[in-house]
Amino acid sequence: MEAAYAVRDNPVSRDQQAPRPGAARPLLTIEGLTKSFTVHAMGRHIQGCYDISLTVMPGEFVGITGKSGSGKSTILRCLFRTNFPEKGSLWYDSAAFGYIDLAQASQRQVVYLRTHEIGYVTQFLSVLPRRSAYDIVLQSALETYGSKQLDLCHSETEKMLAHFNLAEELWAVYPRTFSGGEKLRLNIAAAMIKQPRLLLLDEPTASLDNASKLKVRELIEQLKNQGTTMLGIFHDLEFMEGLCDHEFNMQEGVIA
Amino acid sequence: MEALLEKHDEMTEGALHGPEGKLPAPDARYRGGMGTQGLVQARPQGPVVEERPILVLEGLSRHFGPRCPHCQDGEAPLERNVCPRCGTVHALRNVGLELYPGEIVGIVGESGSGKSTLMQCLYFDQEASAGTLHLQSYDGGLQNAFELSSQERLRLRNTMFGMVYQNPYLGLRMDYSSLSNIAEQMISSGNRLVQAMVGRGSSLLDEVNIPQRRKTEAPRRFSGGMQQRVQIAKALSNNPPILLLDEVTTGLDLSVQANVLDLILRIRRDFKVGMLVVSHDLGVVRMLADRTLVMLDGRVIETGLTDQILEDPQHAYTQQLVYSLL
Repeated sequence: MEAAYAVRDNPVSRDQQAPRPGAARPLLTIEGLTKSFTVHAMGRHIQGCYDISLTVMPGEFVGITGKSGSGKSTILRCLFRTNFPEKGSLWYDSAAFGYIDLAQASQRQVVYLRTHEIGYVTQFLSVLPRRSAYDIVLQSALETYGSKQLDLCHSETEKMLAHFNLAEELWAVYPRTFSGGEKLRLNIAAAMIKQPRLLLLDEPTASLDNASKLKVRELIEQLKNQGTTMLGIFHDLEFMEGLCDHEFNMQEGVIA
Repeated sequence: MEALLEKHDEMTEGALHGPEGKLPAPDARYRGGMGTQGLVQARPQGPVVEERPILVLEGLSRHFGPRCPHCQDGEAPLERNVCPRCGTVHALRNVGLELYPGEIVGIVGESGSGKSTLMQCLYFDQEASAGTLHLQSYDGGLQNAFELSSQERLRLRNTMFGMVYQNPYLGLRMDYSSLSNIAEQMISSGNRLVQAMVGRGSSLLDEVNIPQRRKTEAPRRFSGGMQQRVQIAKALSNNPPILLLDEVTTGLDLSVQANVLDLILRIRRDFKVGMLVVSHDLGVVRMLADRTLVMLDGRVIETGLTDQILEDPQHAYTQQLVYSLL
């Protein structure tokens, strides 16, 4: 491809050493991640996050905290490649590809990982118009299991919606009218039916009332017990007390 | 849907798609074809299936005019896409792309950026001035399709591609019935079994929600949205591995647009067809495409995952385009 910005499609090989044999392999190792945004129209350069390094072990739940605007979401977006990592490496232990640097992975590899391994959950829904809540989750199931296993997809969808406490009367409704908590639960259901190895949570509890927050906490606890590795941004991490294995503070730049 | 698939598989006996053209089983582990050297194999992996593009286009150019020494250089500065010395119009300059099975690639850009010319070159409606096109499912990607004889190109076009034009008048014979339109496409690819063609045509029209009693009616009397859906049915008739969709939803009202988008996604999911979707509507591309190419003045200026193009555009023009989104 000749496009000026398609450089990442031809990743350069790097001498990344695999971890010592015997030692547990981290699921995710971020090294020196830097991301800034250039806005050409205004001639501005905006810093997203700067020189971030952190490690997440399999099955861990790591919370990212920090001031608003400190670049928390940028980290997750770089991992999901919604943002284009500028510098640094994002080593992820993939089931399909082995150790892979998400900053260098080809677009097709990222598409594969998004469908099969990495989930991303926010409170905001971005879905096709006129899709019922049920269809949204079913769609996710179909992507995972394929349309040949339609019965399995239907049963998994029902299980998942019930599991995440979405009232049955809402299943056939377009989620436009859902409350924040309902949208979030729908998002989590659609992400979880794919049984991701790594789940990225972007402020899933923001603007929720206390009862809904408790629901989210329960969900995260369930996911954790199933062995899902999670990296999440939380305004009020104390709410996740006892669940969160480590806290990463943006200002201090270290894992606590 | 599955019954339809099976029925058609019997008809073509899977002869059109070589084994290479098939996607790996859903659970098979595969690598993206584009970047294996970036991987470090740290431990033995499960079965790894190499993923191969069904379509590889490289260095496609299309110009109108004599060309002068100045603009023969592919990188020469032009006034938009016109050579300042000889007035040659460079509709496409050095365009390349890859398409994988079951993938939707979006192509965005303003009017006159070369999107439709690109589609028409791929469909051999227009002659390419330079470039190579290799199709995995036609001949294993051996020959440059632009250099095939016109007879072979016609065969390739009818078996490998389905095309949906922005203007239904280009894609359909308006005075012939919808079923005849579909049959025409199938006859041109060598089909002679009337019964099979009627059956296939009828089930395809069901698929795109054209009611039974209107199947024998001429598309001239259809609404724009229905005409577009007949075009889609026609494009699917030979079960092509690649669909070219040129502004399919432009000019349709929102509710019909949602139906067409639904249909496109269903086709992708159930038939694993690779699609190139040209649109100036970023919303449509956001809903459909995995990857997106941005075109300006006949060149591809940026490529990326669709959400990355929309959330984190790099090129100044892409930023301008994205910030104009409602």
